[in-house]
Amino acid sequence: MKTANPVPVTATVQPAVITGENIVAGYPDKVVWRGASFSLDRGELVAVIGPNGAGKTTLFRLLLGLQQPISGTIKIFNETPKRGNPRIGYVPQRHVIDSETTVECLELVHLAYCGFQWGFHLSAKVGRQAARVALQAVGAAELAPKSLNALSGGELQRIFLAEALVSDPDILLLDEPLSSLDIRRAQELVQLVDRVVRSRNVTALLVAHDINPILPYLDKVVYIANGKVATGTPKEVLTSEQLSDLYETHVEVMRDSRGNVAIIGIEDHHGDE
Amino acid sequence: MNFIVNLLIQLEQMFQYQFMQHAFEAGTLVAIVAGIVGYFVVLRRSSFAAHALSHIGFAGAAGAVVLGISPVIGLLAFTSIGGIGMTVLGPRASNRDVQIGTVLAFMLGLGVLFISLYTGYATEAYSILFGEILGISAVDVLVTAVAALVILCAVAFVYRPLLFASLDEDVAEAKGLHMHMLGIVFMLLVALATSIAVQVVGVLLIFSLMVTPAAIAQRLAKRPWRAVVLSVIISLMATWLGLTVAFYEPYPVSFFITTIVFVLYVLVRFLQPKINPIKARQTAALPPPSERVNQF
Repeated sequence: MKTANPVPVTATVQPAVITGENIVAGYPDKVVWRGASFSLDRGELVAVIGPNGAGKTTLFRLLLGLQQPISGTIKIFNETPKRGNPRIGYVPQRHVIDSETTVECLELVHLAYCGFQWGFHLSAKVGRQAARVALQAVGAAELAPKSLNALSGGELQRIFLAEALVSDPDILLLDEPLSSLDIRRAQELVQLVDRVVRSRNVTALLVAHDINPILPYLDKVVYIANGKVATGTPKEVLTSEQLSDLYETHVEVMRDSRGNVAIIGIEDHHGDE
Repeated sequence: MNFIVNLLIQLEQMFQYQFMQHAFEAGTLVAIVAGIVGYFVVLRRSSFAAHALSHIGFAGAAGAVVLGISPVIGLLAFTSIGGIGMTVLGPRASNRDVQIGTVLAFMLGLGVLFISLYTGYATEAYSILFGEILGISAVDVLVTAVAALVILCAVAFVYRPLLFASLDEDVAEAKGLHMHMLGIVFMLLVALATSIAVQVVGVLLIFSLMVTPAAIAQRLAKRPWRAVVLSVIISLMATWLGLTVAFYEPYPVSFFITTIVFVLYVLVRFLQPKINPIKARQTAALPPPSERVNQF
């Protein structure tokens, strides 16, 4: 399906991959957040951060076309998001794989390549090859014949990433890939995502609770809390003045000697993390 | 040599009886279908739904007997409506056991009412509950064949999307598949398969053909296609062997079928970790325990 689909070249040399203008998101009876405007470019690694329940996954649902904004516009390559967009690779938030699922990794990645097609293919050669390439790209070639239920958390996240990459997308949406990993595994996965973003020139949005492990790699931050959204480079967004202005209350962004940040003053629902 | 000749003579004797021919024909069709659909039942963890569908079918079959029509018709009608109903009541695959259980109990009650309305023989109820493959008619075989063909064509068409949706619902949905529609298709497949499988093992023993062979296959094969084939082979073997033994012994066919698959399941469950090379390779290639996240 990925035919010549040239992005209209206008005044800007490199048009934005994802743009949002004054989006209000949520459900008819409950607005989750409002006033979001952003522009994300090709090859950017973007963190979507904020407390639990602030509406980070809602942003992904908008981009996947699974939910429509209440008002405002959101565009992907200048088009309204639609379901089943082959230009998006998606890693949903999940906690476990069924412990009885003995299906091998290669098969899952293969299904992400062609599992949405009806009918039978007599030969699975092309799909299997694509799946192997994707597994190689995430450094998991040796996991191909393993059962899904025999993997560690870090290995599983790499398989999910391969699943997202197998259709050769332009955009990656990664929902909390780090939440089940220890610090070292999380660090490795972020480096892997960073490598993928740079080498394939894709735009990646990564939802995370804690910005610190990913901070060195980020091009932009989308900060969602208390029904509002702040977007920009980490330096722009993560300042006391910016966040205080946005939330009309005193917010303090503190930095320690190693560059870690802590945001204080925005009511959130941590504690269950 | 003598033994083999003897066996062939015995088999020939057995197939001289028309009821045995019918039993083998229907049994073979049911085993193939149940083996295939059963794999998806196990993969989607919907065995309780399959179980419930067969109970809903009980009410349908009993109702059909009261009306004087073939139980298979009643089975087909009730399980199909029941299958769609269950999907509509709870759109997602999980967390539906309360709804399913509620419907199951009501249907069983309805079935009891129908049976009591039918003043004929208690054997009708018995054969619906526990299967009566030796009493199957030529018409039943034909109905079974048509149902089996429909199921096979439908599975061939939805195979990959259903597999994808069963393994990875969220990604499949983002790729544009409609979970609700696939859920309904799946439940209709189970409804059809259940309806014809009831003739062989009965409502109460449906697990032995729809779940156990696939559960065994899943433990032995990592590629879905191979697991499906293995599941079919297991249910075929159990059905054929069960029928043959039951021809010579005065005990019910369903007892032999359930016993064969149960023994196989127990064997695989406890011996597989020791002998299966798949598992052994995996353990050898695993990272040290410290790297494994304790989440399973």
